[in-house]
Amino acid sequence: MNNNRTAWTMLAPAVGMVGLFIVFPFLMSVYFSFTDQRLLANANVPTEIVGLRNYQRLFEDGVFQNAFFRTATFAILVVPLQCAMGLGAAMLINSKLPMRNAFRTIYFLPTVMSMVVVSVIWASLYQTEGFFNSALSFVSFGTIPHVDWLHNEYIAMPALVLLSAWQGFPFQMIIYLAGLQGINKETYEAAQCEGATRWQEFIHVTMPGLRNTHILVGMTTTIFAMKLFTQVQLLTQGGPSDTTDTMVRVIYATGFKRGEVGKAAAASVIFFLLVLVISFIQRKLVKEERAIQ
Amino acid sequence: MKTRSESLLLKIVAITVAVFVLAPLFLMFATAFKSDEQQILRDFGNANAFWVSPWDMSLDNFREVLNNTTFPVLRYMRNSGIIVASIVVIGIFVNSLAAFALARMNFKGRNLVVLFVITLIIVPTESVAIPLLLMMAKVGWVDSFKAQIVPFIAHPFSIFLFYQFFAAIPKDLDEAAYVDGASRWRIYWSVIMPLSLPTIATVAILQSLEYWNAYLWPLMVTRGSNVRPVSLALAQFFGTPPPIWGDVMAFSVLMSLPILVIYLAFQRFFIQSAIGSGIKG
Repeated sequence: MNNNRTAWTMLAPAVGMVGLFIVFPFLMSVYFSFTDQRLLANANVPTEIVGLRNYQRLFEDGVFQNAFFRTATFAILVVPLQCAMGLGAAMLINSKLPMRNAFRTIYFLPTVMSMVVVSVIWASLYQTEGFFNSALSFVSFGTIPHVDWLHNEYIAMPALVLLSAWQGFPFQMIIYLAGLQGINKETYEAAQCEGATRWQEFIHVTMPGLRNTHILVGMTTTIFAMKLFTQVQLLTQGGPSDTTDTMVRVIYATGFKRGEVGKAAAASVIFFLLVLVISFIQRKLVKEERAIQ
Repeated sequence: MKTRSESLLLKIVAITVAVFVLAPLFLMFATAFKSDEQQILRDFGNANAFWVSPWDMSLDNFREVLNNTTFPVLRYMRNSGIIVASIVVIGIFVNSLAAFALARMNFKGRNLVVLFVITLIIVPTESVAIPLLLMMAKVGWVDSFKAQIVPFIAHPFSIFLFYQFFAAIPKDLDEAAYVDGASRWRIYWSVIMPLSLPTIATVAILQSLEYWNAYLWPLMVTRGSNVRPVSLALAQFFGTPPPIWGDVMAFSVLMSLPILVIYLAFQRFFIQSAIGSGIKG
């Protein structure tokens, strides 16, 4: 009996705050999405239940679909790039490289940098008279004209992808490193005895050995990519021609800038459901893998 | 022969990656120490962007940024320091205490609470931000430290990290203490917590990075420079045209320096915390 009371006393602060600051606002989000709630309430116009109107309006003007499509594009580009960079760096550090620890220390640096700082630094690299343009015209003997990296409809998204991958890859590197160290050394020895090339070793030993790590890293990176906001807000504000708009940006712009809480709540609910779906896929894949073993 | 050329190739690749990682950081530091804005713009177009020769180094940009009264950088850093320290210190107690009850005590409804906490890990802050802002407005917390601290103290993922670690500690340890007449509180404080320093470090690092770099929430909930955190302040300093690159980079250096120093001093824990956060999702 006494045990019960002590346990709940210990739990109370955390459960209370989680309930108040996560569960309650989440339920409010769902509720608001069915009302015409405004950020600055007008005393003369009471808030009303409007059914599914917010969801209809959200899809009517195409802004949300565009943001979803652009965020998905970002994820499709950044996830493989970042994971490949992470895996490559992890394999380097896991090899017989001298001064491995020094390299690991260096490689991890971008992830401790703030995304705001990273955006600032890369903004200078992406200047019209900046380093990337000079490097391009240098290697092409001046034949490639200057690119407006952040204001070109086709280039802006890849430019954001590159800086995001630079900032984020060390995280994947560390997870892959843990995965690589979990692969049985004898498997490699056996492969070498049979005269496998390095490439065959990679395809038939390393990659299968990392199955679970791939799922874990892939899904975590995807969820992270879905939350894209800071670098876009700083560098392109969703432009040019809305080609870099994101879902979080729509939530922010609709709810905070324009004060349309109802519509922003509807966007939040859909955003949450998408994140939920990815989490479920991940859990299911990991479980299946465990069932096979 | 094969191994020798292979190890040479490894070294070349490793150094190339290091250059790719370090170049943007060199650019930040080099630019921050160049006083001539015209020279900075010219240098952006060539390899000089990444380098400043020691005898050309100047502290002018830092002097300017530190004396800028519209953007008081030290005040912003202090604000962020207050916010991060409060969240981390209070959060460690609140979250570990909850995890202790869940991992080391038997009570009715325990499994349900564990499931509840794990489910909440998925909820992204972004999807509750707007209603949370309305709540803050309702209680008059807009533009305060409280609004940036209190909602983030209890943290489902931190509870989960502590829970995982606590559950792996042998049970006879606290049973022995319990038989000796120690209370559950005493066991938490004198037996379990001292064993948990690595997990405490992991949680502290993950939380510190998250809130030192916070951007979206402060953008919505702060108004003036009184309680504004440093990340948002840099974003606004950068967004105020025309950008003076020397000053912007000096600001960036000042903001990054504390984190870089802490990282270099405790890097083992940073890497551990990256592994810890990998289980998320």
